[in-house]
Amino acid sequence: MSHAAEKRDDRPRPDLSGAPNVIEVKKLVTHYGTRKILKDIDFSVREGEIMVIMGGSGSGKSTLLNALLGLLRPTRGSIQILGEDLTRISEVEKTLLRRKIGVAFQGGALFGSLNVLENIMLPLREHTKLDVNTMRIMARLKMQVVSLAGFEHLNPSELSGGMIKRAAFARAVVMDPRILFCDEPSAGLDPIVAAAIDELILNLRDAMGMSVVVVTHELESAFRIADRICVLDKGDILMTGTVDEIRSSKNERIQNLLNRRTETETLDPEEYLRRLTAAND
Amino acid sequence: MSEAGDRAIPTRIAESLDRLGRAAVGGIAEIGLGAVLLYQSVYWIVLGRRREQPVRIAATFERCMEVGIRALPIVTMMSLTIGIMLAIQGIYTLRVFGAEEQVTIGVGISVVREFGPLITGILVAGRTGSSLAARIGTMRISQEVDALEVMGIDPVRFLVAPALIAMVVMVPLLALWADLLMLIGAGWYVSVDMGMSFAAYTQRIIDIVEVDDLMHGLYKSMLFSVLITLVGVINGANVKGGAEGVGRMTTRSVVLSISAIIVTDMIFAFITTRS
Repeated sequence: MSHAAEKRDDRPRPDLSGAPNVIEVKKLVTHYGTRKILKDIDFSVREGEIMVIMGGSGSGKSTLLNALLGLLRPTRGSIQILGEDLTRISEVEKTLLRRKIGVAFQGGALFGSLNVLENIMLPLREHTKLDVNTMRIMARLKMQVVSLAGFEHLNPSELSGGMIKRAAFARAVVMDPRILFCDEPSAGLDPIVAAAIDELILNLRDAMGMSVVVVTHELESAFRIADRICVLDKGDILMTGTVDEIRSSKNERIQNLLNRRTETETLDPEEYLRRLTAAND
Repeated sequence: MSEAGDRAIPTRIAESLDRLGRAAVGGIAEIGLGAVLLYQSVYWIVLGRRREQPVRIAATFERCMEVGIRALPIVTMMSLTIGIMLAIQGIYTLRVFGAEEQVTIGVGISVVREFGPLITGILVAGRTGSSLAARIGTMRISQEVDALEVMGIDPVRFLVAPALIAMVVMVPLLALWADLLMLIGAGWYVSVDMGMSFAAYTQRIIDIVEVDDLMHGLYKSMLFSVLITLVGVINGANVKGGAEGVGRMTTRSVVLSISAIIVTDMIFAFITTRS
């Protein structure tokens, strides 16, 4: 196990059993065209919790994240975020709600026309009436939190992959959000940088008390940071539980995912032939 | 013909109709999106400050520099060249009737009403319209547009409104600059070829060209600037499939912008010369 993972195991997981839900998804159904992606999803996140949404490619985890962020209109169901139903509120109310959430995108989504400091200051500029010096101080504080101090005047194109993710985290938390969403935070990073990003997520939660929703397919990262894990497969939730509950699950599809086995590898050849024949009939 | 071939013909007709229908629906959807973008941009330009979400001045100024000032070298070179070319063709054609002296009428009116705005529009479509489509397309695939939305920042206010203001202000100014340089270019050739003094040429142009002619050109430039912006933004917003998609939509943006400019120009000329 890596050094960072050992650190996480030393850090006690908070008891959140009595904490109120900050996100509550009920009977969520989404489609792309005629294709059903999410099938009656029920899902909740507690205050102060790190919830990892895990699944393979095509499992629907990115669709679920887009629906939670209000970037995708669901076909059916409700999404309550901080007590507001995202599917029913007006655009103005949605804008106000979005000031209470932060999002760190997979590729950072930093604006190429702005330097790192300007990127991080952008939400403050748009949503507060603070003077520029105060905004600079606040942005620099967040840059220190993500260990990016001294890189204020670089352009995003001059940063490494890990630094882009850190800058994206700084921008996501600059308004002190109540919920932080992270899309594939360790994707494309070497193991050491990925572990450092996981540490950063834990530190942000501990320091700022926010709830964190992480979408990832990286098992090691998920086990390192999660309070609970929600396993998605083909648009269904297979299981939601603590790290130990997921690890000890007897569900074959979860075990396939944990052991990185593909469906075809686990299929009995005769069963495969039978399915193939049935499909042709 | 074989049985399979007989079956294939109705299928092909059905597929062609299906493609035609989809293209028609797609076209109508794009026109609708253009109308929505224009409405939202005007909304943010007019009411943004009242809603404490003003259109960014720095971004608008930067767009103005990009659309106007950085386009000056190419507009200057093309305008001078086209002015000279108009004078060459005008003198050549009028010589048939022994009326070379009248070249100033043709040059003056056609430059101010037609060539200045049209050439500027085409240059801006190729230069700025394409870069707008590429910029928004790249931002879309790198999730920067999504990032704006989830930060509670309206992408139309942040990206489209500054570009629209810059285009509506700078394209007519560029067209005026193009008018001036085309007239200077033509004047230089007329004075060299026909021995007419530049002062006499200038006086004749002032006598011929009326304010209405100038305004006709400026109104058209404003219309072209709105068209170029909307076509660029719509194509950028519809980018799919990474860098290849950006390239495809950028090319489409230029082709559609230039086509829209020429068709609009014809309709505008027809309507305004009837009244």
